[in-house]
Amino acid sequence: MSMITATAIDKEIDARGSFCPGPLLELIRGVKSVAVGGVVAVLSSDAGSNKDIPLWIEKARHEFLGAFPEAGYTRFMVRKTH
Amino acid sequence: MAVSEIVILGGGVGGTLVANLLARKLNRRQARITLIDRTGRHVYQPGWLYIPFGGVPPEQLERAERSLLNRQVKLVVGDVHQIDRVERRVVMVDGVSFPYDFLVVATGARLAPEAVPGYAEGAQHFYTAEAALRLHAALRDFQGGRIVVGVADIPYKCPPAPLEFTFLLDDELRRRGLRERTEIVYLSPINRVFTIESVSQFVTPLLEERGVRYELFFNTESIDPQARRITSLEGTTLGYDLLVLVPPHRGAQIVIDAGLGDEQGWIATDRETLQSKTDPTIYVIGDASDLPVSKSGSAAHFEAKVVARRIVGAVLGRPDDARYDGAVMCFLETGRGQASQLVFDYRHPPQPPQPNQLYHYEKMLFNTAYWYLVPRGVV
Repeated sequence: MSMITATAIDKEIDARGSFCPGPLLELIRGVKSVAVGGVVAVLSSDAGSNKDIPLWIEKARHEFLGAFPEAGYTRFMVRKTH
Repeated sequence: MAVSEIVILGGGVGGTLVANLLARKLNRRQARITLIDRTGRHVYQPGWLYIPFGGVPPEQLERAERSLLNRQVKLVVGDVHQIDRVERRVVMVDGVSFPYDFLVVATGARLAPEAVPGYAEGAQHFYTAEAALRLHAALRDFQGGRIVVGVADIPYKCPPAPLEFTFLLDDELRRRGLRERTEIVYLSPINRVFTIESVSQFVTPLLEERGVRYELFFNTESIDPQARRITSLEGTTLGYDLLVLVPPHRGAQIVIDAGLGDEQGWIATDRETLQSKTDPTIYVIGDASDLPVSKSGSAAHFEAKVVARRIVGAVLGRPDDARYDGAVMCFLETGRGQASQLVFDYRHPPQPPQPNQLYHYEKMLFNTAYWYLVPRGVV
């Protein structure tokens, strides 16, 4: 948790149990809605997110701040860079 | 006991159903139920998908809201000026105001083509009856070239719709002998063709079998209507002859003005109790919320039942802690007279069956039976 608490989150989306549209689309929606430099966190319980989310962040050239496991879900964090 | 004032904003699936369920459980001495709607017309939006292919006349998709409401519900047709959360009343543009003890916001999503540069001039869509008729005309005149199908922004109503449109488009072009002269490109914002992996797995081979090319990781940034090019925020640019793009969606302005919505107008909503996180005295149903479920009539349908139970409990002094479990049920047309079905909630991912004719017929049947089943709360 230490790194998460050290980083201010501008928008956090609870996408646990989201199958349609799903955590990745919720994350993209979040990234679109914050200003450049903003940090978005998305909570996902979908195992596919471990692959999907970092892939999209790389493709879209934003900064992946990490995946932080919690009880039964993972918090993914990204900084909008452009 | 004083009569409880219940005000519902919006006469879509959620607003209409919650009004009727409340009227069934509460008599006139217990509650005054007022539903405020901008147009007084109720539209079955899933039917728009078929208009571009000449499948459904738009007038079949619309009815007078009054005809769907229990007589105990007062219908007010007009524009809301303000949700006054301090005085707990809804003020209309004409100055009339309605005090509330319980407020249900079911104002849906509005289309915001202005949010994507070039959209209004460059793109077609089927998210209103009028636009779907324009697209019908454009398809009728189409003689070959490249058709690009995708979404302009996230979130949008009915996530499978652009995929369904693509399959029906392929059918239509084959029927008219134009398929050989047409390239169809399907744009997906993520790294597979549909957000649900299991659906993606059966849909991808169907797209390939029908010769549909797909572009992954394509989130629309802008459209150049003169050059007929669309560019993604991931940096890909594609030319098109016909662009069919789901328009950007936003929440209602009155929601933003009332300090209930985020910058796009979606209301921060408790995912189970469906109360506004800003003001728990307000309930939120359907597309107006920021819940991580499909913006769909189906979600609104299930949510309306939860909200109705909670309000009835509160009015009668017998608290009912009904909770929304994230339930959604929908069909997915895959063309050639077949469809699949998606059923899921927060705890259970969808396990869609292989497409078959039965689901297509069920969807067709539901499109008609909707008027008898859903608004009145039969199902």
